[in-house]
Amino acid sequence: MSAMPEISYNFAYLDEQTKRMIRRAILKAIAIPGYQVPFAAREMPMPYGWGTGGVQVTAAVLGPDDVLKVIDQGADDTTNAVAIRGFFEKTAGVATTTATTEASIIQTRHRIPETALTENQILVYQVPIPEPLRFLEPRETETRQLHALAEYGLMHVKLYEDIARHGHIATTYAYPVEVAGRYVMDPSPIPKFDNPKMDDCPALQLFGAGREKRIYAIPPYTSVRSLDFEDHPFKVQRFAKPCALCAATGVYLDEVILDDRGGRMFVCSDTDFCNDRQEQGHRGEMAAPAGEAA
Amino acid sequence: MNAHMSDRLASDDAPLLVAEGLGKNYGTRIGCRDVSLEVFPGEVLAVVGESGSGKSTLLGLLSTELAASAGRVSYRMRDGELRDLAGLGPAERRLLMRTDWGFVRQNPADGLRMAVSAGGNVGERLMAVGWRHYGKIREEATDWLGRVEIAADRIDDDPRAFSGGMRQRLQIARNLVTKPRLVFMDEPTGGLDVSVQARLLDLIRSLVSEMGLAVVIVTHDLAVARLLSHRMVVMRHGRVIETGLTDQVLDDPREPYTQLLVSSVLAA
Repeated sequence: MSAMPEISYNFAYLDEQTKRMIRRAILKAIAIPGYQVPFAAREMPMPYGWGTGGVQVTAAVLGPDDVLKVIDQGADDTTNAVAIRGFFEKTAGVATTTATTEASIIQTRHRIPETALTENQILVYQVPIPEPLRFLEPRETETRQLHALAEYGLMHVKLYEDIARHGHIATTYAYPVEVAGRYVMDPSPIPKFDNPKMDDCPALQLFGAGREKRIYAIPPYTSVRSLDFEDHPFKVQRFAKPCALCAATGVYLDEVILDDRGGRMFVCSDTDFCNDRQEQGHRGEMAAPAGEAA
Repeated sequence: MNAHMSDRLASDDAPLLVAEGLGKNYGTRIGCRDVSLEVFPGEVLAVVGESGSGKSTLLGLLSTELAASAGRVSYRMRDGELRDLAGLGPAERRLLMRTDWGFVRQNPADGLRMAVSAGGNVGERLMAVGWRHYGKIREEATDWLGRVEIAADRIDDDPRAFSGGMRQRLQIARNLVTKPRLVFMDEPTGGLDVSVQARLLDLIRSLVSEMGLAVVIVTHDLAVARLLSHRMVVMRHGRVIETGLTDQVLDDPREPYTQLLVSSVLAA
């Protein structure tokens, strides 16, 4: 074993030229909020759909002093989050955390943390399909033209169809938004519950789509408006009960099936937020009594 | 309505669409060559000729879907100014196409969004020009479905559930909802059985006169041309060989080819 040289990576896995290329794309994306900037996405040591775009963006903006948090559906302890956190611990040696307030870079899949973000933070989204018009207009040449000319009537056709079929706008995730009054953007598959958090957010928001080779961004304090109709205004999901563990209200809850007899509980999808509240002594109806917490 | 009518009559003497020396080559083959024509407001112009005579190429050139190899097309904008269409930017041209123009295609699947409900199809142009009130869009769509004789309870069905004739009527509603001034039609009755054809022609004729539309209609069916159009141009080998009032051309054709065309129509 001692004869084998240890494999060493450049800091944060990607070589410096690649990082430069990605940073250029990021700068352009920040300069044109909501615009999808093409970039030469690299093969990453993980399959497409597991956050190759987000990982490349994180690698390009990560410095040795950064503190990284990775969440998947709001949780710090799910496979995707654990794998990516481990990846950067190994290739960059940066400090990692699960606390939203301690992190300087947060890579996320499908959620925005409940705790409000600050100016010192960057939120990196993993994006599967960056093109909001994709399922309405399959031709990429045409969608580019539609973006260039700001012809977004088609997006409303989708919302119209929702109301015609379901009586209300039934799109619940990847809900299209208009950024800085110009580009219509797919906010990645976050629940529409999180859409209002993007508006006027102090943190920088970066979006990376690895398979589709696109990067886009929302600079801090940028207006982000969810599309809607005058008589069917945008509304976020509401939950009938508070979190079963920490009794929080006004947060996004996940449904957890408990048995095969219809038993279920609703708990915070943001695990860090939920744990914090439980430590502060908040108790939901199904939480273990204080002092006995695992 | 009366003010609208007199408005239209006042501008009747100025052409809406002007083509000058229009030509299109497909490599060394000629699509059409040296076509000059004018379309006046409220006028229906039929372009007839056999397959391969350049009718559809001409329609493509007039509607700027094809780029001309020679000549130019000008259009009188709503402000009354005649402008060369090649000089318009893409944004202006697209706005023109979805507000002031319509295009009814032979195959409704090319002109409709087949996976979107009838109401959505009719409402698309309205949303494209900035309508953002669901109730109003739906009201307008319902009104238009009624005008093209589609029952209001079909508004949420998608066109795949419609018959050929209904699809074609839906396509017409979708195009007319923004009250265009000029509509291009490419064999709108092709592929429909005769009774459905007759109803569709009747509908087109009444809508055209009601709205004062100018129409350029391409057809190989002289009966359609007779029924709908005021004037017609006859094409052969990419050239216009005869033009005139429809009745005049059909009753008293001058060119040998037109005589042949007219005499080839089967009498029932």
